[in-house]
Amino acid sequence: MTAVQAEEGGRPASTTAISVRDLVVRFDSDSSSVTALDAVSFDVPEAGLVTMLGPTGCGKSTLLRAIADLVAISGGGISVFGRTPEQARRARDFAFVFQDAALLPWRSVIDNVRLPLEVGRSGGGVEQHAEPEALIALVGLSGREGALPHELSGGMRQRVSIARALVCRPRVLLMDEPFGALDEITRDKLNEELLRIWKETGTTIMFVTHSVPEAAFLGQKCLVLSAHPGRVRAYVDVGFPEPRELAIRDTLEFVQTTAHLRRQLETIA
Amino acid sequence: MNSPDPSAGAETRGSSRAAVWRRRLPAITAAVGLLLLWHLIVVGFGIPTYIAPNPFQVLQVFIDKGALIWINFWPTMVEAMAGFALGNSIAVLLAIWFVHNQLAERAFYPIAVFINTIPIIAIAPILVLILGNGYAPKVVIAALICFFPTLVNMVRGLKAVNPQMLELMRVLSANDWEVLWKIRLQSSLPFLFAALKIASTTCVIGAIVGEWIGSNYGLGALIIEATYNFRSPLLYATVVTGAGLAVAAFTLTSFVERRVVKWSSSAVF
Repeated sequence: MTAVQAEEGGRPASTTAISVRDLVVRFDSDSSSVTALDAVSFDVPEAGLVTMLGPTGCGKSTLLRAIADLVAISGGGISVFGRTPEQARRARDFAFVFQDAALLPWRSVIDNVRLPLEVGRSGGGVEQHAEPEALIALVGLSGREGALPHELSGGMRQRVSIARALVCRPRVLLMDEPFGALDEITRDKLNEELLRIWKETGTTIMFVTHSVPEAAFLGQKCLVLSAHPGRVRAYVDVGFPEPRELAIRDTLEFVQTTAHLRRQLETIA
Repeated sequence: MNSPDPSAGAETRGSSRAAVWRRRLPAITAAVGLLLLWHLIVVGFGIPTYIAPNPFQVLQVFIDKGALIWINFWPTMVEAMAGFALGNSIAVLLAIWFVHNQLAERAFYPIAVFINTIPIIAIAPILVLILGNGYAPKVVIAALICFFPTLVNMVRGLKAVNPQMLELMRVLSANDWEVLWKIRLQSSLPFLFAALKIASTTCVIGAIVGEWIGSNYGLGALIIEATYNFRSPLLYATVVTGAGLAVAAFTLTSFVERRVVKWSSSAVF
């Protein structure tokens, strides 16, 4: 083993991908001011998978959008690999997966996956990107490259949007309830596949959900937010051993973990 | 069995064609029935030809005076098509401007509404005075009549974009031009074609109205001449020709729409 390889292989696991410090997000209108997030601080380790859990209106989507530079912050700071959200966005450090797949209905699967390579070049360009065909295979849609979105099921559409998110090889994947609109069986299957993709790509993932089992199953850590205003209620280590299979949800340990997360949520309500 | 029976495919195609004809049968029967009723009324009540001809007299005009109708058909068609192209192009470009510039929309949208409220028949003489006796005033009248529905629909269509698609484009650091080109124009196509289908018939009306005022060629001029000389069969035949032109334009627009808008327009992914 050469020195370079040793250095790469031995990269400290504690490197921080996302760092949020005393974050405040306020929405001001003419008549009122609503504080969506107040004094939120936490770190996401590189190559980690952090789930975000909280009641409706606790600002978990807002938090994700602030990291993605879709929402302006009112105070505090966010750093994505040492960059501001805007710099990170221009450098294509992160990709966003929406609740709706948000595919362009007039474009085929492969052309939807290619979209990120066609736009936004003025802001720095895309030097390194994955092969769209390989990503479609990665999300299990080989053979459907030419299909239009309306010919696919909801689960398949969300797979396409994950492939699209990965095409620029982002270091961070921000996912806003991506499986929230799917039925439970499809959701379970996509949860398992997401873990596989996470392992294969080594991408840091932040995953917003309102499903306690999903948060416990996917996350190494789970960030529980309280509402009005959104604050960090708890930052729980979940981390079930790898490789995770759906069967672990029947173990006593898993039930205890979800019970713990539920208690955190109940004390909020 | 690895090669499907080719005759089976032909058979389904043939039977689907039969199904299409079966669907059209009520409309064809009704049309033939109404023509028959018209004939019976005209003949049965002994109505003189100069007041109302019967269908066979109109048909006879197409045979005897086909050339006269034909040479007057072309100018009207050219004016209608040129007006269609001009009016819709201006409407689309204005709509794009309005969507990107709120000030422009606030300034000029009310004026567009005002112009639309002036009866086209009242503007026609003004335009003839300004533009003379050639094709120009007819084209402008046809353009004016197309302009407003397309402007309204196009503004709506360009704004009716799935908000998550706009967020996606922002995450990708796409500029306004890319958002317009990749997202807004395609999203607006169903709205645009709804307007173009209206415009495809109204542009013919515009051209004919333009020819009523100080023109000695075109279907409009022929209508005026036939009316003043009590040549009712020729009048009817000219009207039928004008209607045929409008129907052909509508059918062509619908055909292009089906080719261009392949995704289901109501669905949002």
